[in-house]
Amino acid sequence: MAKTTTTDIWISGTEAPEPADWMVAGTDEGAQEMVRHETEERDREQRGSRVMDDWVVDDTIDDDERMIVNMGPQHPSTHGVLRLNIELEGEIVRRVKPIIGYLHTGMEKTAETLTFLQGGTNVTRMDYLAPLHNELCYSLAVEKLLGVEIPPRAQAIRVLLTELNRVSSHLVATATNGMDIGALSMMMYGFRERELILEFFEKTTGLRMNHNFIRPGGVAADLPDGWREDVDQIIVRITAALGDYEDLLKENPIWKGRTRGVGIITAEECLAYGITGPTLRATGMDWDLRKTQPYSGIEAYDFEVVTGSRGDVYDRYRVRIGEITQSLRIVEQVMHSMPKGDYKTGDRKVSPPPRQRINESMEALIHHFKIYTEGFQVPVGETYQAIEGPRGELGCYLVSDGSGTPQRMHTRAPSFSNLAALPIMMADSLVADTVACIASLDPVMGDVDR
Amino acid sequence: MAHLTGPPQLLTTTMGKAIRWAQQQSMWPATFGLACCAIEMMATGTAHNDLARFGMEVFRASPRQADLMVVAGRVSQKMAPVLRQVYDQMADPKWVISMGACASTGGMFNNYALVQGVDQIVPVDVYVPGCPPGPQSLMHGILTLQDKLVSGELSR
Repeated sequence: MAKTTTTDIWISGTEAPEPADWMVAGTDEGAQEMVRHETEERDREQRGSRVMDDWVVDDTIDDDERMIVNMGPQHPSTHGVLRLNIELEGEIVRRVKPIIGYLHTGMEKTAETLTFLQGGTNVTRMDYLAPLHNELCYSLAVEKLLGVEIPPRAQAIRVLLTELNRVSSHLVATATNGMDIGALSMMMYGFRERELILEFFEKTTGLRMNHNFIRPGGVAADLPDGWREDVDQIIVRITAALGDYEDLLKENPIWKGRTRGVGIITAEECLAYGITGPTLRATGMDWDLRKTQPYSGIEAYDFEVVTGSRGDVYDRYRVRIGEITQSLRIVEQVMHSMPKGDYKTGDRKVSPPPRQRINESMEALIHHFKIYTEGFQVPVGETYQAIEGPRGELGCYLVSDGSGTPQRMHTRAPSFSNLAALPIMMADSLVADTVACIASLDPVMGDVDR
Repeated sequence: MAHLTGPPQLLTTTMGKAIRWAQQQSMWPATFGLACCAIEMMATGTAHNDLARFGMEVFRASPRQADLMVVAGRVSQKMAPVLRQVYDQMADPKWVISMGACASTGGMFNNYALVQGVDQIVPVDVYVPGCPPGPQSLMHGILTLQDKLVSGELSR
């Protein structure tokens, strides 16, 4: 393991624009060394008929100086039930090992017993801060296998709702990031504005969270009366509130001291570990699936990909604030260009007949009943569909054997991959920066464990 | 001598009533956020819904300082021993609210991974329905607990 002498401890100050060289180099080498060392240790242990699952002791550090601290799973700053094993040498974090699975719900297995139409209720509970993104991703995958066309209005509603959901998710991320570092006012502000969006969601979908609103074939219902006024209010009030956040945090010396130069990760490391979303964009790489692999007609709207430059906690916070602005831009464009028409596909194999037809025709009633009990058959095949979730690339891998339920459904969860960045960005940092690093990744444990 | 006028400056009560009143008015919950319900629990505690009106906004990170455990979310088999340990660490008297369908019954996830109802592990006083229950539902559950406490039904 790459050792740094104690004189190298860098206290994060207010005026430290560039990370010291040793931090970047030490992070990289340390990570590789850790992987190699751990593998060897584990092999040795397994030969002794004992599987070391939780922790492998690094014997290059003196016992007197080493301390192993367990953090979580019941801890207020681990964003749910994340557990960390932290190996400390004094105040310096030498190694970190995230332990997951405390929220494993067996959702991918449950998906195999639900019909394609019911699947939305399942996936929406994975990443509970971005339920609509999960639904959209799943629906797009099913529609890809079905090969149905989605009407323009349904696509616009999907973009409107998912971009609003991105705003609410980033508000929670910024709020909890602030709370973890000690800016408690940010917590109150973030949740205050999130409530505006949740009220609109409740009006539209009937629920504040876990909506099951975006379904294969379109959306569950049309937008409610007066939605333009509601969305307009949301844009006006959140834009005003963003000014408050900037006053509170942007140039705040304490905030900058706690976040600048902390938890640095490079673009190369991000790509090597499959890390996407704001964490990747904060390193300066403008990778956004809305631009590179557009979905739901999002390419028609004008927006910018927000990037940072240093890849530290502060840049990730800046990227999220910038993305709130850009998402509101998209929402405003959708509001002005909302097409008229149907909100779900006219393909009667996928979407049930309209209410009027059920009153008139016995066959329509039977068809409606069969769609909601048996579900529809999806052609044999497999597909992968990815969208840009608030945390990064959210993907759905779907295999159909031609029946009414998926043979296999797997979710590529951005939080799961991003969590792998934790050992890299925290190696050789100070123990006080642990919660700052976790919060800046914005992991949702429901997304990690599923 | 203004204090001699007006209503009598004397209050009589019983020891039990006084204790129950004190327990009701300063019940501190332990943070036990697990899943979606935890977000709604946080929303209940923040400015818009303001749980502080009921003297319960002081979410304690340490179970030693908490009187109430709000089990907010689905409890996996892996989390169950942790939950029981946190409950055991809480000082008496203590109460449990099971928040949401998953904590109460396993909800829509009837599979290998989830505990089908947290009452298999800890005694539950109030069940809050919903998936997830909104802040109003959680507040109603908390007020129900307080009512039952004052009436003596759940006093310990």
